[in-house]
Amino acid sequence: MRGEEILQRLRDRFTGAVVETHDHRGDHTAIVDRGALSEVLRFSRDEADLRFDVLMDLTAVDYSRFPGREDGPRFEVVYHLFSVGYNHRLRIKVRVDEDDAQVPTAVDLWPIANWFEREVWDMFGIRFAGHPDLRRLLMYEEFAGHPLRKDYPINRRQPLIGPRQ
Amino acid sequence: MGVGSFFTSKLDEAIGWARKYSIFQYPFVTACCGMEYMATACSHYDVDRFGAGLPRFSPRQADVLFVVGTISHKMAPVLKRIYDQMTEPKWVVAFGVCTCTGGFYDNYATVQGIDTIIPVDVYIPGCPPRPESVLDGLMKLQDKIAVQTQRF
Repeated sequence: MRGEEILQRLRDRFTGAVVETHDHRGDHTAIVDRGALSEVLRFSRDEADLRFDVLMDLTAVDYSRFPGREDGPRFEVVYHLFSVGYNHRLRIKVRVDEDDAQVPTAVDLWPIANWFEREVWDMFGIRFAGHPDLRRLLMYEEFAGHPLRKDYPINRRQPLIGPRQ
Repeated sequence: MGVGSFFTSKLDEAIGWARKYSIFQYPFVTACCGMEYMATACSHYDVDRFGAGLPRFSPRQADVLFVVGTISHKMAPVLKRIYDQMTEPKWVVAFGVCTCTGGFYDNYATVQGIDTIIPVDVYIPGCPPRPESVLDGLMKLQDKIAVQTQRF
């Protein structure tokens, strides 16, 4: 299915929940409401003519110092979907605010989301409601803060063992 | 100078000569510098010419710790422990710019030079260093071993 048709399917099925769509440089993208995210993802995976059976990537973006986006929601969580059978792709984004940085988990849809969501929690501090084991993935437990947030100081170090005497 | 100190210094020289040609290294390889280490160790550059041809894959049997590649803060306790497990006499070579200073990884994850954790004898800069640089560093280490006061 062509990307424009996929977006049209989503717009028809989830009227109002699809905030915005675009196909910048051929990458078809739908920005959806957080409340409808689980449904949109499940629909994309299970619908017979969409069948996005691969979650290729799940990541986040911090827009807090992005020109023109200073006032909007701080984070975007990004889902990159791929269908092996149809060889088509879709990107789904959901905007979340800093005060309520939480989205529903996708572990029940794609098991790979488990580690992706742990990485996003580790790097950006966005929680995933319903995740079975939301621990840090890359950094150590003693690490304070989330290093890929734009307000994490670039030269802040948190060594596990101190400098030698 | 008494006869006793004459013999001690000659013994030091003899032990130093023996030690500098029997370097058993422990390669602590974490990153891409490892390829350059392998190139140095193989027949084309032939590190065996300097008596350093036999890597030991246990720190307890090694004399020289080659720290090859980026060390993250998460890896630092492991490196410290490996160093502590080596028996005296022991030396450390910082192989590549990441181990010397952190290199261009000026970020939250990377140790800014392994000399903040363990003492270092020879620094080999480069990203990665050419095998010639590695051999030069190895020869500098040999010079250092040969002239130092030997403990045994």
